[in-house]
Amino acid sequence: MTAMPRALAACVLGLLLAGAASALEPGDAAPDFTLTDFTGKPLRLADYRGKLVLLNFWASWCGPCLEEMPRLSAWQRTYAAAGLQIIGISMDDSSAPAKRLLAKRPVDYPVALGDAKLGESYGGVLGLPETFLIDRRGHIVARYRGEANLAQMESKIQSLLRAPTRGS
Amino acid sequence: MKDARINRNFHQPSRETLMFIRTNTVAAYLGGLVILACAALPAWAHKPASTIPAAALIQPADFAAALQKPGAPRPLILQVGFRKAYEQAHIPDSEYVGAAGDEGGLAPLQARVAKLPTDSAIVIYCGCCPWRKCPNIAAAYDALLARGFKNVKVIYFADDFGTNWVDQGYPTTKGS
Repeated sequence: MTAMPRALAACVLGLLLAGAASALEPGDAAPDFTLTDFTGKPLRLADYRGKLVLLNFWASWCGPCLEEMPRLSAWQRTYAAAGLQIIGISMDDSSAPAKRLLAKRPVDYPVALGDAKLGESYGGVLGLPETFLIDRRGHIVARYRGEANLAQMESKIQSLLRAPTRGS
Repeated sequence: MKDARINRNFHQPSRETLMFIRTNTVAAYLGGLVILACAALPAWAHKPASTIPAAALIQPADFAAALQKPGAPRPLILQVGFRKAYEQAHIPDSEYVGAAGDEGGLAPLQARVAKLPTDSAIVIYCGCCPWRKCPNIAAAYDALLARGFKNVKVIYFADDFGTNWVDQGYPTTKGS
């Protein structure tokens, strides 16, 4: 009789550990966060419920990140009215280099400084760039690790923006 | 006529001279193009990881296996990428020494190895970005070689540390 509860406890512990280590998958709820963006405004993911969110992790020293940012900024301008919201999360050690970079290469979406905890909550942001598409109900629909095929990503955005909106 | 012909021949450059001039002109053009290309490089351009010789590279699977060999001598393992990745996951016993490609980023690496004998076994890794665009790893490798280290290996992460190490189930720990 005592063996059963122990086995159950081991299973639960195993599941918890596996959950803690596993990456987020499409269909999972996107972890909420509250940060302060580089203009001093609060940046809370939940505030964008109802919009398609493109969450982009980047850093000022990351070449592939900087190559894709002008394109992301153009998408923000093009698809904002259709419901797209891009959010940039800098994984620089501090905000200074990211702010300096953005002063030279501004983008049309909010950017805030992220941390390891936020990266972990998204399954580990261990390489850059890393981008998540989060649907209007707050669920992850796609994850792009490393250099993404931006044409494919844009097609995905277009199709998600066209998809009928459902209540949560 | 004869004098004029002789005179013309005297001033006409030889085939070798022409070849020399052409070669140097081409070289000058190419040199100019290289200078222009360098000037046009984006601010984030760094020495590419592809400059590291293949003999210095070690595959993640091989290094993971070496780590698990009981009694095998441990090299000094240094992460030269970004702190927030290190805090989330890193190779056990590896030390964070700063993003080598950053401004002043080599200083912590230099300080860490300053007192080591140059025959020390050192393994460095980054995995911040795809290998061919990593801004850190070649800078760190070059700095160690410049200090005279002869036994430096570099873990080759084709995609990034997450994909090529963590996702493969190799030993990982976290924390600063």
